Amino acid sequence: MSAERNPIELERYELEEKPRYRFSLSRRAFVQTVGAGLLITSFGKFGRAQERAGKGRAVAGRFLFDKDGIVMALTGKVELGQGARTQLSQAVAEELRVPLSQVRLIMGDTDSVPNDGGTYGSQTTPRTVPTVRQAAASARELVVELACEQWGVKPDSTAMRDGVIEHSDGRKMTLAELVAKVGDVGAALAGKTSERIELTPADAWRVLGKLEGKVAAIELVTGKHRFPSDIKRPDMLYGKVLRPPSFDAELVDLDSKAAESLEGVTVVRDGSFVGCTAPTTFQARKALEALVATARWNTKPHPSSSELFRVLKETANSGSGRDRPRGSEQGDVGAAMAAADKVVLASYEVPYIQHAPMEPRAAVAEWVDGKLTVWTGTQTPFNVRGELAEAFSISEENVRVIMPDAGGGFGGKHRGDAAVEAARLAKAVKRPVAVHWTREEEFTWAYFRPAGLLEVAAAIDNAGKVTAWDFTNYNSGGSALDCPYTFPNKRVKSQPCDSPLRQGSYRALAATANNFAREAFIDRLAAETSADPLAFRLAYLEDGQLKEVLNAVAKQFKWTERRQDKATDTGYGIACGTEKGSFIATCVEIHVNAPTKEIQVRRVCAAFECGAVQNPANLKSQIEGCLIMGLGAALFETIQFQDGRITTNNFKQYRVPRFKDVPEIDVVILNRPDLPSAGAGETPIIAIAPAIANALHHATGTPLQALPLTVS
Amino acid sequence: MDVLREELDLTGTKYGCGEGSCRACTVLVDGRPVASCQLAIAKVQGKEVTTIEGLAAGDKLHAVQEAFVAENAMQCGYCTPGMVLTAVALLRTNPKPTRAQIVEWMNGNLCRCNNYSNILRAIERAAELTQEAPAK
Repeated sequence: MSAERNPIELERYELEEKPRYRFSLSRRAFVQTVGAGLLITSFGKFGRAQERAGKGRAVAGRFLFDKDGIVMALTGKVELGQGARTQLSQAVAEELRVPLSQVRLIMGDTDSVPNDGGTYGSQTTPRTVPTVRQAAASARELVVELACEQWGVKPDSTAMRDGVIEHSDGRKMTLAELVAKVGDVGAALAGKTSERIELTPADAWRVLGKLEGKVAAIELVTGKHRFPSDIKRPDMLYGKVLRPPSFDAELVDLDSKAAESLEGVTVVRDGSFVGCTAPTTFQARKALEALVATARWNTKPHPSSSELFRVLKETANSGSGRDRPRGSEQGDVGAAMAAADKVVLASYEVPYIQHAPMEPRAAVAEWVDGKLTVWTGTQTPFNVRGELAEAFSISEENVRVIMPDAGGGFGGKHRGDAAVEAARLAKAVKRPVAVHWTREEEFTWAYFRPAGLLEVAAAIDNAGKVTAWDFTNYNSGGSALDCPYTFPNKRVKSQPCDSPLRQGSYRALAATANNFAREAFIDRLAAETSADPLAFRLAYLEDGQLKEVLNAVAKQFKWTERRQDKATDTGYGIACGTEKGSFIATCVEIHVNAPTKEIQVRRVCAAFECGAVQNPANLKSQIEGCLIMGLGAALFETIQFQDGRITTNNFKQYRVPRFKDVPEIDVVILNRPDLPSAGAGETPIIAIAPAIANALHHATGTPLQALPLTVS
Repeated sequence: MDVLREELDLTGTKYGCGEGSCRACTVLVDGRPVASCQLAIAKVQGKEVTTIEGLAAGDKLHAVQEAFVAENAMQCGYCTPGMVLTAVALLRTNPKPTRAQIVEWMNGNLCRCNNYSNILRAIERAAELTQEAPAK
């Protein structure tokens, strides 16, 4: 397989922020911190060696073989519903030549798996799958060599097939038999590299590329799987954290006597951190209510959502770290604007929205002999390990983070908030403590998809040609900032601002905001030049994959025919985009209920291309999931806040898509076995909002410029 | 819900919102789907409560569970127990629901992975399975 198909810009996957709490150091902790230089030299544990071996063809620490011949593959990637467990299992089965049922994945346990990087940015497919395939192919050849050593033959005419090592003379050995002879096969492979690695080309795949169901489906339908919020430890207590009544409020006074008088309750105070533990959630909630009743706070002024976009524009700044202004210019935009026959301007608004994964943040923390173990739902177990080490001034050697398959992330679980809180409480009460965030905590104290103000301008000459493009995104970021259309003069800029709310990554990052503004504005330009929106796009695109998905979706949707439909209150829209090496084009049919102004998306058709398809069933789920999630952000979702409080803090106020909102969906997947596979869990979300906006423009004659979209 | 999860260790019943608007915590009380986060323990005295753990007969999955597996009707799977139990209750009251009736009945259950199309297909498949082999 060739190198990656496109360089991928890793943008803002982590929140760069100070820890929420500064815990006081005990004298012992202080001595440990000072002495950390000595402690660090004392490692050499299992996990560490593997962490260093996490790249390339290394087999060491990647596989364990049990006595039944089950292959346990270890990976730092984690599963939150996006399908990495199944896909990586397929990759192992494919290259090791074992049945899928013989593969088990151990994911996201920092003491035993290689650090494959965080699970974000659609990176599992283009980066981790190739790494794991290389390792599995290498392990396959080494396993064959081991078997041949046992037989006393050369490995040339021996191969692995369906989990069995077969020699051309008819001799066979199963993996279980090899384990019985050799003992620790994983250890026997460690440190070795096979010279004979050959990856299976896509057209010869037997496990990858097939319609595979989820590998852990039975545990999920029977309720047996333990999500992070289901983890229990002996003597475990339940913890709650006292939250400020509004952002930035400072605790002035607190009387914890009433809470402490409740049976089994302990109140923990450390700097600005106040929490409590109890034997049940019910009792912990009562204790928290008692704390809330006596707490006095100094509140601070905070902008409200009604002034959001003015605040963003006014606070445009030079940023810091990775979040600096950036952009590019080709040609001379200023000159082209000055010479234009017509200049078209528009600004677009994208509000804060929430990931709202079904499972809120949750963690269980346990301290044993100064070593901390935390079970938590996170996309970045290794970073959370670092966060915990920093919070408690201990070495990372003494922190183990375990990530059980969790209930959704969508870019929202990059930090260890609940992990730090549970660990602080557990440290105080010297027992394991679980902290389960409520939905209201999740809607206020997690982080949000950044709001954005997007200003766009274009110049049109007297022949009706677009000659210049000027595009600025305030606050939401630079993903998919570049304009794919062949206008001769182009300027794009991503401008950081002071965000009133804590913000971070979300599925496809700013590609949703940038694509919404760009693709809605493209329809404006098509209207200004009396062109069909599809024809306009095709005229300004070079040949390539974006054009291919546009043509594919137009054909499947019968764009030209449908767009002629003159029925009132019905509209048809199209949009496209590319991000992280994959390509999406989306058509929608919408209907506006004239008296109620309610918008119904009746039909969605999407064409998507991400290279060689590795798991068609999961890919379809990911595309459909993106389309409907994007439909929610287009039509309903918006975080409202006032006086430092989130007023949309549960599903009653924050509407997300439900069964009744699901349109007829038609997905066309353009499989390209000749191209490397790109990730697919994000890009399909970026074209649905502008397609709906453009369909509403078509139906009502009025262009819409703010999400969520409403018709007046 | 706390009693089920913490005292009885039946953690298949999930917390999602605490206000009855996501239905991840659905259990069956005398066969009817109820959001257990809204349910006081006194209200279920003398009644039959079915959680997801009690649905399969040993290793034999219920038809709805089987259909969810066959149709890939889950991504993260956190909403799945609530979805499955709500669908079981539907098929008991209406063994041959139309697509519109399924949507109406299931609308209270949220799936944030937005796997709704597969879930709808799974429920239709379960209805077919149930008719081929009527439950005894």
